Amino acid sequence: MPAPSVVRGTPFHERTGPLCQAGNWRRWAGHLSASSYEPTHEHEYQAIRSACALIDVSPLHKYRLSGPGAAALANRVVTRDVDRQEIGRVYYTPWCDAAGKVRDDGTLHRLGASDFRLTSAEPTLKWLHENARGLDVEIEEETEQVAALALQGPRSRELLRRITDGDVAGLPYFRVMSARIAGIAAEISRTGYTGDLGYEIWVGAADAIPLWDALTEAGGPFGLAPAGMLALDMARLEAGLLLVDVDFIPAHRAIIEDRKSSPYELGLGWTVSLEASNFVGRAALRAERARPPAWRFRGIVLDWESLEAAYATVGLPPQLPGTTLRDSVPLYAGGRQVGYATSRGWSPTLKTYLGLAHLEAASAAVGTELEIEVTVEHRRRRARATVAKTPFFDPERKRATP
Amino acid sequence: MRAAAGTPANAYDAVVIGAGHNGLIAAAYLARAGLRVVVVERGEAPGGCAATEELWPGYRVDTGAHSLTGIDPSVMNDLGLVEAGPGGAGLEILSPAPCVVSPQPDGGTLILGTDPTRAADRIRPFSARDAARWPDFVAAMSRAIRALGVLYRTRPPRLAGASRGDLWELLRLGVRMGRVGRREALELLRLIPMTIEELLYEWFESEALKGALAADGVRGICQGPLASGTGYMFLHHMVGAGGVVRRRRQVRGGMGGLGGALQRVAVAAGAEVRLGHEVASIRVEDGRATGVVLAGGDEVAAPRVVSSADPGRTLLGLVDPGELAPEFVRALENIKYRGVVAKVHLALGEPPRLRSGGDAAQAAVLAGAAITIAPSIHYIERAYDDAKYGRPSARPVLDAVLTTALDPSLAPEGRHVLSVAAQYAPFQLADGSWADARREALGDAVVGALAEHIPNLEEAILHRHVLTPADLADRFALPEGNIHHGEMTLDQVFFGRPVAGWARFRTPIAGLYLCGAGTHPGGGLNGRPGALAAARILGDGKRRQD
Amino acid sequence: MSATNAYDAIIVGGGHNGLINAAYLARAGLRTVVLERRHLVGGAAVTEEIFPGFKYSVASYVVSLLRPEIIRDLQLARHGLEILPLESTVTPLPNGDYLGRWADHDQTRRDLYRHSPKDAEAYDDFATLMYRLAWAVKPLLGIVPPDPLSPGLRDLKTLLMLGRHARGLDEQQFHALFKLGTMSAADYLDEWFESDPLKATMSASGIIGTFLGPRSPGTAYVLLHHYMGEIDGVFRAWGFARGGNGMVSESIASSARSHGAEIRTGATVERVLTANGRATGVVLEDGEELRAKTVVSGIDPKRTFLGLLDPEELPDDLVEAIRRFRIRGSSGKVNLSLSAAPEFSCLPGGGPHLRGAFSISPSMDYLERAYDDAKYGGFSRRPYMDIVIPSMIDPGMAPPGRHVMSIFVQYAAFDIEGGWDDAKREAFGDAVVDTLSEYVPNLKDSILHRQVLTPLDMQEELGLTEGNIFHGELTPQQLFFFRPSPAWADYRTPVRGFYQCGSGTHPGGGVCGASGRLAALEILRDLRRRPRGPRPGHQP
Repeated sequence: MPAPSVVRGTPFHERTGPLCQAGNWRRWAGHLSASSYEPTHEHEYQAIRSACALIDVSPLHKYRLSGPGAAALANRVVTRDVDRQEIGRVYYTPWCDAAGKVRDDGTLHRLGASDFRLTSAEPTLKWLHENARGLDVEIEEETEQVAALALQGPRSRELLRRITDGDVAGLPYFRVMSARIAGIAAEISRTGYTGDLGYEIWVGAADAIPLWDALTEAGGPFGLAPAGMLALDMARLEAGLLLVDVDFIPAHRAIIEDRKSSPYELGLGWTVSLEASNFVGRAALRAERARPPAWRFRGIVLDWESLEAAYATVGLPPQLPGTTLRDSVPLYAGGRQVGYATSRGWSPTLKTYLGLAHLEAASAAVGTELEIEVTVEHRRRRARATVAKTPFFDPERKRATP
Repeated sequence: MRAAAGTPANAYDAVVIGAGHNGLIAAAYLARAGLRVVVVERGEAPGGCAATEELWPGYRVDTGAHSLTGIDPSVMNDLGLVEAGPGGAGLEILSPAPCVVSPQPDGGTLILGTDPTRAADRIRPFSARDAARWPDFVAAMSRAIRALGVLYRTRPPRLAGASRGDLWELLRLGVRMGRVGRREALELLRLIPMTIEELLYEWFESEALKGALAADGVRGICQGPLASGTGYMFLHHMVGAGGVVRRRRQVRGGMGGLGGALQRVAVAAGAEVRLGHEVASIRVEDGRATGVVLAGGDEVAAPRVVSSADPGRTLLGLVDPGELAPEFVRALENIKYRGVVAKVHLALGEPPRLRSGGDAAQAAVLAGAAITIAPSIHYIERAYDDAKYGRPSARPVLDAVLTTALDPSLAPEGRHVLSVAAQYAPFQLADGSWADARREALGDAVVGALAEHIPNLEEAILHRHVLTPADLADRFALPEGNIHHGEMTLDQVFFGRPVAGWARFRTPIAGLYLCGAGTHPGGGLNGRPGALAAARILGDGKRRQD
Repeated sequence: MSATNAYDAIIVGGGHNGLINAAYLARAGLRTVVLERRHLVGGAAVTEEIFPGFKYSVASYVVSLLRPEIIRDLQLARHGLEILPLESTVTPLPNGDYLGRWADHDQTRRDLYRHSPKDAEAYDDFATLMYRLAWAVKPLLGIVPPDPLSPGLRDLKTLLMLGRHARGLDEQQFHALFKLGTMSAADYLDEWFESDPLKATMSASGIIGTFLGPRSPGTAYVLLHHYMGEIDGVFRAWGFARGGNGMVSESIASSARSHGAEIRTGATVERVLTANGRATGVVLEDGEELRAKTVVSGIDPKRTFLGLLDPEELPDDLVEAIRRFRIRGSSGKVNLSLSAAPEFSCLPGGGPHLRGAFSISPSMDYLERAYDDAKYGGFSRRPYMDIVIPSMIDPGMAPPGRHVMSIFVQYAAFDIEGGWDDAKREAFGDAVVDTLSEYVPNLKDSILHRQVLTPLDMQEELGLTEGNIFHGELTPQQLFFFRPSPAWADYRTPVRGFYQCGSGTHPGGGVCGASGRLAALEILRDLRRRPRGPRPGHQP
């Protein structure tokens, strides 16, 4: 028996492999994932925002919950009210430990009355089983069996309509439907990690290559380009979307208590349905609801003049990051540290330097003036920044159904 | 019985699940404190494992526990259990002076009794050195268990994340331990993790003596005498026996008398006891217990639910799992029960006659001493080896008690009852289940092993009744047949009983308490869990308005 | 008495703890001599060329928890210590499959997933908890155990510190420590995992050096040790010393010499000389006397108190405590010279797996039965084995193309029925080779030499009483202030000026060195000397 390969390609690797001219691969949950296909990722980003892009998201963990107790299990795990989730509806949702701290986030697709697909960033099989006690539910991991492609960008609808028999045009935001794409059975969900018009397509791993070929064949006229993780990271920052291990630490991986966050502290209060069924962590979150959370999660916008001034001291123009930065940087108000920014980057679309930040509640009101640490030529300086609402970029097309 | 459906909400201050000794003791203490208490029991008789059944006409057999060794004297005094007359419960306790008769394969027979000097004389033929050390051993163990006794009369303190109140509790415990003596406390700390083999190795050389003592170290746990924690188990029994090595106590008229006496005490204090009603579930609203639902659908409302059933049955069986955090559920599922004891009850036409040991041994048996088959540490370990791989011991460790020796009223004139506890009979068999054939094979193995030392046994047997761990589980609601409601290994005692973090009688569900042997300080008919749980509940009542 | 025979400190026994002790004392300016019975220093951590060209780490074979402060303080890297990573552990299975745990997280996850998807997840949860616990336990390794009987001010301070530390733990840590301290490895792992080979292999770390099976309570605690290295700033603390484990000892000896310590081999100490309850020196087997006001024993408590001293000089309760101190050996060692690289049938051919360890622990029952074989006075017919192939990591250990294989074997009773003799030793060796051949078909044909050490051999050749590799069993009642006896767990003895520094003192066990270092710091404290010497990073 040979030793298992350390990393493996996704079901699309046969196609994505040769396309990756940059040779710029990274690992995502044990799979090879292209950081960028072209030598630079700018075109890939532009494809997301101005045409359409194809992103291989197969390494996402995927679980299928079925059987009479499926809805009860989903309700016990996620913070949202699954009883109110219609068939064909997709929920974005976090889930918590008993102390109400976020373990992970993902999407819950209701494919039938007792048929759900849960996607997650972290392996979640054991947690699902631990919560299934007393429930008649089948939990099946389909991470390897199901390939997933994100088709994102303003022209993605037009492209998809060309090759599917499903009513893509009529598919509202955060809905999922079954359809055939070039004859291949698939689920199409109006979801994504870009904050733009877009879809995610879920097919059996064996159909991955034909799906890829069908999309790329039809995609030329719509400016379709494969996009890697660097472009995706920029888009999700503009959309104000959380990234696990960067913007929050899964509670069950946190070595110290301070690294854990509740949904309220991550700005996900809107996903918490305290009146719904008794999900794990509800009691703790009710208690937290009674006294507002100490921390908030917000956008910040760096002040250009201030940044320019900081760099001017050494005779340089502001040095802008070409990719989204994931190191944590202190934030100050009134000379005191009041938080830290976890993701930062330049928005090519908004021409703004943005960040996502954890802030003490007192300094978290939109419009609050902060200072952010910037390192200018090896020296620490501070630049002005303002608390802002997310998403930073929120085009109407994201939700609109024509 | 009152119609439960018609009772107004909160007709009771507390409903106690189970009329075993701990449930009744808790009920009695709560009722005495002025609470309106109802005890709900599925069986038709109170007492739980302390049961006396007429298995055959005229034979009253202690089918479950056959010794009242552990009962806490302060509980007995508080409740007036042994007092005669109108105020007392009139429980009569019989205890033989010779405790153990241990026949050896080579023909010798060791006799141990309550008097250390006489016991030393009996040990001398086996080892003069051991005989000389015996009185010191008994004294040393008695000192060690004084410290353990202190721990048994309090709930385990909270160390991690201790509040000011917790620290105060810890300090008081420290002061009480200090009174016992630092050296004694330290010695206890050293003894607790020991294997019984190691503990005895420090004192004795005679295999016969070590075997007879080690049998107490493995009682009710699926471990052999070479396992850490068996030293503690030995000490646990010593605490119950008030410092007497392997003391035995029985109740006149049968162990079932304990339940009757406790019921009288509880009722006298104002509690209501409803027999023949099984609890189907515990009602929980918004994280609080609000009462119980009976099997028939009736509800009994009370702001406190106190369960003497084992922790798993209570929290996994009677409570909706969705009410509990998955980590807590996982901890409950991880409780080790692993029953290993089987009971064989024999009706005898004549008293058993030992092959060896002469008049002294025979007299001891007729005076009520237990016949122990545990001739060496390795004998016990080999018996355990079988259980480790899911087989009943080919040569089991036995403890046979002639209950009619002390109380002839338990059988027709001239007849006898011999009750045998046999170990190891694993609840979970490697192949198959405890079907009838296996039950009888077990009975044969036990009788065969005893007959090697009691030549007249097989002929004297008039009736035989075998209870496998599976039978004990069904009959007495013992989880996996475990006689202590959870193995008393070191990880499952003190801070860890029933599960780490919840060793103080409360549960994550407000108003729901545990009071059975699955809580501190565990099993052995000592009554402390019931008493300590009641104290906890009353303490909470003071602090919180329910 | 010649002046050359007068020292400030004499260390009895040149094992790693004795050498570390000597190095610290010499570094503080004491005139120090180490007296070693054998012809080479190192005790159980020695490299010997038993057969020409083949270097064996005769007994101890991996560097596990050698304290990083010792590596820094004694500048062991400069004195030749190079620790090479031991990257993986592979458990071959009877069905031809295997279970591997690798340096890479994804690779481990993928391999575990093959056996149990849930275990792959649980493994990370487990690691997170162990990491938190290692952090909670670490302070214990660096403190002198307080005297619980008549605590002085310093003992009370230590106890208070420990109390505060315990209170600082969160409930999860506290309860997990309680369970780890009391449970069997099998039961603890059952709470986490379902894959039998995974549980068996992990539990093996809990039984090494103990006379306990994986189902015996008390074996869970050592699971933690595997995670200890990660918080010590030592990336992958488990490793292999270039040149064999003797290089650990050699580098410490070299460091000690550089500070002026003298090291004498072939010098067997007969007993410690005392006058008026004070140590005054030692006398050697040949009658030679050496004088010093400080005498330190690096050998085990039985030999220290009952051999080097006359028990008459000691309080009765201490003599009693030492007599009953449990020190049963349970392991043996087989070293092989091979003409070719071993071929594991589960992973044929070469590959990175050969640079790692192999664990013969296919199931929990397998280990338990191995224990059953030994507990009544025998050795395992099919033993647990921990195998490394040092020549794969350091080619200098064997001639080109040849290999050495180090096999740690458990169980073998010291007091085997009828006693150990040559025939039993060979039968023990055969059991090892036969069992291993089931997984390594080319093994038998490639064996050039074989060295077999029974527990008796370890006692006779390495001076480990009863062959116990830890100088005393690591059971709770023999740890911390019980090690080796309450009131004498602070490295001192009732004889003033006579100290203990071996593994029989806190924290004991493994090539960790903390005992040697802590004892030296106590000695210097008594002498009111500051432990001085070059600071880390300073190049003299």
